[in-house]
Amino acid sequence: MRPPLTAIQQSTETGYEPTMECVVKTENLGRRFGRRWAVARVDLSVAAGERLLVIGPNGCGKTTLLRILATVLPPSQGRLELLGDAPSPRGRIGLMGHETGVYEDLSAAENLSVFARLGGADPANIPTLLATVGLDTRTDAVSSFSAGMRRRLALAHLLQAQPDLALLDEPFAQMDPGGIAQVSRSIQALPGAVIIASHQVHHAAPLCTRAVLMDEGQIRWTGPANQAEAAWRALHKERGDL
Amino acid sequence: MNIRWESWVGGLGLLMLIGAHYAGLFVAPPEAMMGDVGRILYAHVPTAWVGLLTYLVAFIAGVGALLTGKAGWDAMVEASVEVGLLLNVLLLVQGSLWAKPTWGVYWTWDPRLTTCAIMVVAFGVVLALRKQIDDPARRLTLSSVATIVAFVNVPIVYMSVKWWRTLHQNFSSPDTVSSSMVTPLRIAAFGMLFLATSFVVRRWRLSLAQLNAEFEAPDLPEPSAPLRVED
Amino acid sequence: MKTVLDVLWKDALIEWRARARTVALLSFAYTVLLLFAFAIGPDAAALRQHAGAYLWLGMLLCSTLLLDRTMRIEFEADAIQRLLLTPVSAPGLFFGKALSNTLQLWLVGLFSVPLVIVVCDASLVEHVGTLLLTIALGGAGLAAPGTLYSAMLARLSGRQLLLPLMLFPLVVPVIVAAVKTTSLVMLGDPMEQTDSWMLLLLCFNLVYWSLCGVLFGRVVEA
Repeated sequence: MRPPLTAIQQSTETGYEPTMECVVKTENLGRRFGRRWAVARVDLSVAAGERLLVIGPNGCGKTTLLRILATVLPPSQGRLELLGDAPSPRGRIGLMGHETGVYEDLSAAENLSVFARLGGADPANIPTLLATVGLDTRTDAVSSFSAGMRRRLALAHLLQAQPDLALLDEPFAQMDPGGIAQVSRSIQALPGAVIIASHQVHHAAPLCTRAVLMDEGQIRWTGPANQAEAAWRALHKERGDL
Repeated sequence: MNIRWESWVGGLGLLMLIGAHYAGLFVAPPEAMMGDVGRILYAHVPTAWVGLLTYLVAFIAGVGALLTGKAGWDAMVEASVEVGLLLNVLLLVQGSLWAKPTWGVYWTWDPRLTTCAIMVVAFGVVLALRKQIDDPARRLTLSSVATIVAFVNVPIVYMSVKWWRTLHQNFSSPDTVSSSMVTPLRIAAFGMLFLATSFVVRRWRLSLAQLNAEFEAPDLPEPSAPLRVED
Repeated sequence: MKTVLDVLWKDALIEWRARARTVALLSFAYTVLLLFAFAIGPDAAALRQHAGAYLWLGMLLCSTLLLDRTMRIEFEADAIQRLLLTPVSAPGLFFGKALSNTLQLWLVGLFSVPLVIVVCDASLVEHVGTLLLTIALGGAGLAAPGTLYSAMLARLSGRQLLLPLMLFPLVVPVIVAAVKTTSLVMLGDPMEQTDSWMLLLLCFNLVYWSLCGVLFGRVVEA
């Protein structure tokens, strides 16, 4: 049995019921590009089923952190344990990043079908998935989609994968109000742990139990998600933005 | 003054080359069929042997770089490809100088000559690729892969004499070369080997210093102060 | 094996959806052949003599367009990242992709043969099966290193220049062997040299398909 971790103790303070299984554990995690540390000294723990919100100003390292946790970017230093140090965690991690990760020549259904075959998902769910994200009426190629529709398709991919760890980078970006509602519902329906990086705190915070604030690559605050907006204001006040 | 070991080796190699070339030009008998033109053998054959050997070193360094990800191996890839390329170009020039009086043309599209020329492009492109990539880790991976794949070409060059009918000489070895020519040839070969080793090691040191500066991690930023959040 | 077939199916679906690009590629092959014929002029003997060379030079030029295109679709919206997050293995991904490129090159080859016969007044003296095997092995020999290199260069801005620069020196043995064999089929092979050229093609394919399969993973992760 693992000893209680700081994060779980904090989670207990928010009223979240912890499980003992940790899907993400980082120790002094860092990533540099040339001589600049994009992420530094990050100690993070995320339990199974937990919803974590990551906020911070532009360029604070949110996207880099998510890409490291998705294993598409190797860390420059520190320790990273994913899904209990599983030997090949990749098939169990889903990333909805800035790039949509789609094939422009195929339709939405065909895109999902391709990845259903490769990822071992059930293709019978595709019509339901498309209906969930509001793309069931579109049969044309993705190249004709708007930016918001492509984001919806990326969300459908994530839902199809049913990952144990879902990483969403700005999931509400470019979405209309209907899309935002759909994203919120979908996030709530995800089975595994969820980490959301978002500027739209008022949309994301209600979906999460805990939040961290990053600034210049480091975590400066961690606490309940309902205090995230207060943390934002505190940072802006410190910087003299307000 | 602290003189590095590779400078001594290089100096020795140069002396051996001078000695061997003197012997080759003035002491050894002329080649039976080609006459004095055949004396280029003492420069051309060692250049070919050491050039191929240098590319082999580049291949091993490429494998090492991929397996370890260390700057030292990457520096050796750069150094050995550069020196190998130099020897390769020298080989083609020497071959052309020999070809004109022998075949009447500077160049012919003989398979061995062609593939030798191809090697210049194949390895030259590795250096061009390195210049295109800023990220040191990606540069290490991609240039190592390109070197490994380019090296697979080298045995094809080497075996082309066997596989195709060619105008070029058969493999030079002590069996095909008379004994009075073997000694200067062997000395020239070792001389070239020592000189090339010196070049590679010196270039490696230079490259390593540059790469270490790139690979070296800057200091981590100071831990930032926790944010005070009022409820 | 399933991965390879799934990747192949994916690429086939994409190519089918964008078949206008394939038509454009075949038109390019045709144009190249015509240009070679124009450059030589109305010298029927020269055209016949070098028909094999024109065929394979056309295939080579088409291959750079094809390879760049088939890899670009993976990187333009970062679908490759999504692929790498599936349980798909990198070698499986390579073999599927390279096989897809091979099939498309075979299509270009098969399309070019009747054109060459007509434009260069070539004929098939030896068995047509030999020519088909040459196209098969030659196309595969171009596709394997081409797939690796196009993945390597996909994120670089100079890729359109670097891809032919890196690929052409490497596939010279394939081109030489394929041109020789094709010429022997079209002009006759009294000395029975075809087998040795075929052996070279086969060895090249064995070496490069295995080597590139091993290295592909490192290249796409870089």
